[in-house]
Parts: sequence; structure tokens; C-alpha cells
Amino acid sequence: MKILVPVKRVVDYNVKVRVKTDGTGVDIANVKMSMNPFDEIAVEEAVRLKEKGVATEVIAVSCGVQQCQETLRTAMAIGADRSVLVQTDAELQPLAVAKLLKALIDKEQPGLVILGKQAIDDDCNQTGQMLAALADLPQATFASKVEVADGSAQVTREVDGGLENLRMKLPAIVTTDLRLNEPRYVTLPNIMKAKKKTMDIFKPEDLGVDIKAHLKTLKVSEPPKRSAGIKVPDVATLVAKLKNEAKVI
Amino acid sequence: MPALVIAEHDNASVRGATLNTVAAALQCDADVHVLIAGANAGAAAAAAAQIAGVKRVLHADGEQFAHGLAENVAAQVLAIASDYSHILFPATAAGKNVAPRVAAKLDVGQISDITKVISADTFERPIYAGNAIATVQSLDAKKVITVRTTGFDAAAASGGSASVDTLSPVADSQKSAFVGSEIAKNDRPELTAAKIIVSGGRAMGSSDKFTAVLTPLADKLGAALGASRAAVDAGYAPNDWQVGQTGKIVAPQLYIACGISGAIQHLAGMKDSKVIVAINKDAEAPIFSVADYGLAQDLFEAVPELTALI
Repeated sequence: MKILVPVKRVVDYNVKVRVKTDGTGVDIANVKMSMNPFDEIAVEEAVRLKEKGVATEVIAVSCGVQQCQETLRTAMAIGADRSVLVQTDAELQPLAVAKLLKALIDKEQPGLVILGKQAIDDDCNQTGQMLAALADLPQATFASKVEVADGSAQVTREVDGGLENLRMKLPAIVTTDLRLNEPRYVTLPNIMKAKKKTMDIFKPEDLGVDIKAHLKTLKVSEPPKRSAGIKVPDVATLVAKLKNEAKVI
Repeated sequence: MPALVIAEHDNASVRGATLNTVAAALQCDADVHVLIAGANAGAAAAAAAQIAGVKRVLHADGEQFAHGLAENVAAQVLAIASDYSHILFPATAAGKNVAPRVAAKLDVGQISDITKVISADTFERPIYAGNAIATVQSLDAKKVITVRTTGFDAAAASGGSASVDTLSPVADSQKSAFVGSEIAKNDRPELTAAKIIVSGGRAMGSSDKFTAVLTPLADKLGAALGASRAAVDAGYAPNDWQVGQTGKIVAPQLYIACGISGAIQHLAGMKDSKVIVAINKDAEAPIFSVADYGLAQDLFEAVPELTALI
């Protein structure tokens, strides 16, 4: 069974982004870029399934600019066997990415697609579910445990109030939550090995996919700032303030 | 065309998030309908009909909706989608699970996690964990939206008198099956709907201490319990208590942060609270920069004292 793992190149999670003064977006020139953390968890899970003998091949995919090659090399250093880049300089929104991935599902016929639940740049939380709809496949989002056996997957999902277990026939779409696993550190020998692995590059038109935008960003602004209040010397003062000033207890 | 709200409910009643979503829908169009897809959910449909501002409730009933499976709920929404200009879901685990399936089938972009309706096609939404706010315009005729509930004041749960119409339910997709769930049962208010939240961080030190120190305070205040990602990752608190960008987004009247340093990730989930109290022995902790009232004291002394005094 093949596993397809889409990965996104995003601003590193440690970078505090700044809104551009002209309000057209956030400044990403010269900031560190990394693999979306939820996608890293997805790659790790796929590689573990291969190490357990459940999967035979892990294919990493990225859609975007040429520099996404670095992200795919990282995925292959974690353990993906080969990779596919759908290269374009155009802005890609989740529906467009889902359509590109659907085209790759048709081509590669994977048994499982594991994606991050959301990207930490646009915070959309859409692509996996959209892909499941377009491919007409079952979905298990926000997974904290994935077990695959006998052509079906049993997935534990993080839902409001606790956990939920679903069972579905493969092929299926899974999106990862934080606690699915802890991705391994990438070692230098594996980085070297990853350089020799295959990377196929397509353009969206090679896959016959329309990547037009469905949303237009009119403006990006700073969020309202919350200013620091006061320090209180002791608990008694705190209680008095909450009762008499804030009137919340 | 009217706006449709996909209700979040437990078959007997409508969950609070639905009320905030109705409020957002009323800003998109004056004519708001609510879909209840459930199993023996007549009581939930009756409750939805009481929500102020709702004109019509559509009730689809069947065992296939008992556990809110995305494939089935999305199919039911799609069956009636042609009648609506806006389709809104609360941005809860359930809403986020289903909405993109509907958007993709309609070949429209989804606007996730809106915090403000500027016009019928233009919305505000946070990006980069709330470090920036984007104003986005939908270029599609139909808008599929998830609503960040803390961005909208809840519609009144009573005062409405909508008609309730029965829909013929779509068939079970048979693509996935519900096996079971482990939902924590307690009498506390739901984290995202609570008026007061008592939240603990890594400084709690252990699961036992987390419970021993914070539970009495939460009990006394009738508060929900929350936790930082650090506390959840350390196993001090269950996953679904996590407040933050990747956990729950909350905006209670009072948020009491105990032993929480205030990572950006956490602040993104609670900075819209009305009043924030921070108790942390590290006077330099970033949490103090957003707190209305800061107490730089050991939480293991301060919290029991606070519990005794209120």
C-alpha cells in the first residue's frame, strides 16, 4: 500500500510574523521557512506505518514555489521514499490544493493520504476534508491514533469533550492532530540519503487542474493590542478588584 | 436567498456554539434557517425553533446522523444547499470536520473561522495564530463559512417561533462507521461556553497537583477547567482542555491563568477574554503583558488562598 503525504512550506513556527505596513500581507521576505508542524507529524506517521510493514511506499507531495523542494527533501530525510512537487508561483488556496492532490490520487492510487489538520500560516483547516469530498473517500480528521489492518483503518479522533473512534475502509483520508506522534530528529546521514531520492516536478496544467482563487484578500492588519493591566500585591487585593472593579465574581 | 446554519446539538438540546453562529448568519442575511441533522432529535429541533431570529428549522432524522459522521452530514447539507446563499457552521471540531466537504462539493472556497461580518461577501478572519487579521472577500456566489464563536455574541435561545419542517434524510454513505467514544462526563460548563475559566500550565507540576489545586477554585466559581499546551503535553490535563491556537479558542468573562507563562500559542486562544488574571511566581512571564490583574506569587500558596476568600 502506498501512502501519500502532502506537506506545506510555511513560515517557521518560532517566527513572530509582522504585518506589512501597506496592509497587503505579512512580511515573509528573509524569514525562516519550515515544514508545517502538523505535516511533519503526518510524514512521521506514514514512515512509522512503513516501518511496521503496513505501507510499502511513502510519497511526499508539495504544491507551491520552487523552494518547496527543500520541504520535500526534509520529508524524504524523515523517511519518505520519493516526492512530487506541483510547482507554481501562483497563490494556492485550499480548494486548488485539494484539486491538485485529487489528480495525484488518481495517478498514484494510494491506500491512505495523511495530511496535517491545518497549516499554521492561513489556519484554514480545509484541505484534507476537501480532498476527501473530491475523491469521494471517507475521512478521519484530527487523529491522535491510527491503526491499519485488513484493508481498513481505525482512527481515534480528538473531538470537543474527548475522543471518538471511527472505522473506515481504505482508501481513506486522515488529518493529524498534535498528539498523534512526536516526529523524529532528522539525522545528517538521512539528509544525505534524501538528496539521492527521486523528485518529480509537474505544473498544475500538466495535471489538468484549475487553480483559480476563490477568495480575495483585501487587507491584512494588526490585531487589536491588549495592554497590560496592574500588578496586585496579594490575594486579598485581587479578590477585592475582581468583586468591586471588574465585577466578574 | 436565506442563510443556513448547521446546528451543533446533542439531539436533546442545541449547543451554545449554534447561537453564536446564528448571530453571525443574521449579519449575512435577515432570513436565517437552521438544519438539525440528528437521531431522534425532535427536542433539539424544537429548541432551535425558539432561537431568536430563526425563521425556519429543517429537521432530518435518522440513525446515520447519530454520531455526526462527516460524510452523512455533508450529504444532507448538500441536498438543500441550492436554496441558500450562505451556509454557516460553528468552528468547532464537528463544524470544521464537515464544512470543507460541503464547500468542495459545491466547488466554492471556504471562509474559515470568521470573527466579523463586514458585508454579505466580506469577512474578517485571524491568520498566523491571530497575529494578523485578514479581510477576505468571497468570489463565489455561495459562501461556506465557519464561525469563530467568540467573535459573535450569542443569539437569544428563546423568543423565536420558527416553523419546523421535516426533511427526508439522505442515505447512510457507509463509508465510515462510528466505533465508540470516550467523552469525559462532568458537571462543569463547556470550556468554550463557560463564563469563568480556571486554567493551569506546566508549573502545576503533576496531574494530581493540577486537580488538587485548581478543582476547588473551579468548583467554587462554577468555572470550566482549561490548560496550556505544555500542561497537556506533560499529561497533567486531558487533550480537550487545551486552550490555544491549536486547541480551544475561548473568551470568558474571567480567565484565571495559573502557572502559565503565556506562549503566543496560548495567548491566541484566550486573549479575547474580558478580564484576565495571571498568577505566576515569575514576575517577567509574558502572560502579565496581557493580564488585567497580575499576581506574582507562588500559585500553590495563592490559589488555595484565593479559593478560601471567594
